[in-house]
Amino acid sequence: MPKVLFLALLAASAAAAAATPQEMINEYAAAAARQSPGFQPSAKRGAEFYAKRFAVSDKMPACTSCHTESPAQAGRHAVTGKAIKPLAPRAEAARFTDAAKTEKWFRRNCSEVVGRECTAAEKADFILFLTEGK
Amino acid sequence: MRTLLIPICAAAVFALPAQADRLPIPANAPPSFAAECGGCHLPFPPALLTAPDWKQVMARLDKHYGDNASLDEKTRRELEDFLVRHAATDRRKAGAGDPPRLTESVWFRREHREVPQAVWNDARVKSAANCAACHTRAEAGSYREREIVVPGLGRHK
Repeated sequence: MPKVLFLALLAASAAAAAATPQEMINEYAAAAARQSPGFQPSAKRGAEFYAKRFAVSDKMPACTSCHTESPAQAGRHAVTGKAIKPLAPRAEAARFTDAAKTEKWFRRNCSEVVGRECTAAEKADFILFLTEGK
Repeated sequence: MRTLLIPICAAAVFALPAQADRLPIPANAPPSFAAECGGCHLPFPPALLTAPDWKQVMARLDKHYGDNASLDEKTRRELEDFLVRHAATDRRKAGAGDPPRLTESVWFRREHREVPQAVWNDARVKSAANCAACHTRAEAGSYREREIVVPGLGRHK
């Protein structure tokens, strides 16, 4: 029994520590499909979301305010001016490899820019766009 | 008495510029310091604000200069303890305003008195808190004059 518990904990911590963008897309897509059966992530919807002006915040009306028009480019924080590495995994390999970090930044940036939490469907679309979109 | 006083004064005079050159991040910084504080801005050297000012900053993270930078209580506490432990003891770092801004202290304003307004307004600078816009080795805690490159003006002379 302790051995089983240990293995279960090991598996759980490994899942929390390391991930791939594809695993995150799959997890968010599965969560979205539980809400609306048949959900399939779409890079096109992700691209629209990325480019959309939510205009909730004056200084950060859209994702592009800090991350630029192209997520494969380096960006810059709209308020502090701090350099931001590209958001797209194809340009910055460390992106979307830590599930806790991904959740943290969705939580912060969605409330700031979108004005609410993002849905699992939006997150799946978003990451899919970043892995394959332009 | 006189012989003692002269070396002390000399030491004080030479100590000041050296102190401004190096503002290292203390080695015992918790990993959350770079991850949380450094997520949106340069993780500022704790020695740039006094302890009461750091406490005030950390008590109002939900209203953090126009941003909601809330943290879980464990992380918040850990960062506050770290900042307070290494806070400025120098009186010139006080008077940073309400909310406290390290760019408003007497010390900061004096150190930057030669910087023209156009530089502060430059799109590449954006904010007086964007240390790395001119201090090319700010990330490493180094602020030496010869490392300064001002957008639009070039190297510090």
